[in-house]
Amino acid sequence: MPSDLTQYLDYALIAMLLAVGFAIVRLRNLFAVVMLTGVYSLLSAAWFVSLDAVDVAFTEAAVGAGISTVLLLGAMLLTARESEPAGKKRHWAAFAVVAASGAALFFAIPDMPVYGDPDSPANSYVGMDYMERTPNEIAVPNVVTAVLASYRGYDTMGETVVVFSAALGVMLLLGFGTGRREEDEEDEL
Amino acid sequence: MSPHLILRIVSKLLIPLIVVFGFYVHFHGDFGPGGGFQAGVIIAVAVILYALIFGMDEARRAVPPIVVRYGAALGVLIFVGTGILTMFMNGAGEPLNFLDYDALHPDQSHHSGQHYGILLVELGVLCTVTSVMLAIFYAFAGRVPDIKDEDW
Repeated sequence: MPSDLTQYLDYALIAMLLAVGFAIVRLRNLFAVVMLTGVYSLLSAAWFVSLDAVDVAFTEAAVGAGISTVLLLGAMLLTARESEPAGKKRHWAAFAVVAASGAALFFAIPDMPVYGDPDSPANSYVGMDYMERTPNEIAVPNVVTAVLASYRGYDTMGETVVVFSAALGVMLLLGFGTGRREEDEEDEL
Repeated sequence: MSPHLILRIVSKLLIPLIVVFGFYVHFHGDFGPGGGFQAGVIIAVAVILYALIFGMDEARRAVPPIVVRYGAALGVLIFVGTGILTMFMNGAGEPLNFLDYDALHPDQSHHSGQHYGILLVELGVLCTVTSVMLAIFYAFAGRVPDIKDEDW
């Protein structure tokens, strides 16, 4: 379809994602790897925008490119700056697993609905129900928010509790951030 | 004379704007993309930027870890509290429903209760997410001394 030029943007973004992915695998400098994972998140966010999934893109850009990068940097500082060089040994078993799952994915492609298909499972049944009910029942323009906070309020509450428990786990394992730093402890030893 | 003068001044200008944008994303979540989760992450990012530029100790003075600890629990309480509030605000004698926002406002024709409810629970999400992100950041970054420039 020559009229739909955005598909070339999608191809370009996917190609860039692939290139960044290969670069992450090849690089040994962990600082560069962390930065490239941030780049990867930003590129996928741009791709989500192109797919009209702005809410997902927003989250990906904020969490993937923002917070994760900083947290990975913090984790990297606790370990090494360079990863050890991979051995020359070829991992044939791993390659076989990757090749088999890749082949299975390609085998499944014909069963996928066409991009933008109005009759695809995601666009029918309960999804369309929300689209039709939201203007009358919730009266907010953003259906994503209506589904998240109103129709599926229980789920979102569960997610909030999950996020809270994640922090609880980190705080119990690593401390509340109030403890003394390593340098202070070393001074006293 | 401290290094990174440009970084310091630019981030001093940017951090308030980032926080305001975070609140915009929260309060505009009904109308545009975004919501409590994204807003919470953006506000946490503002504090993390402050910590990266001005150091962990300054950030801990600005947003003490105790605030972060209580904030994470407070957010969950706001969310659950909204649900419980709707159970008790239903004056029409209808069955009491947890998280039924229509009970929050008598104006049923414009669904104002839904707006209030969504804003309230998203505020809870914002509170928890901001605090949790900062708690994790403090927990990680608090374990290593600030990095000197030449170490990079």
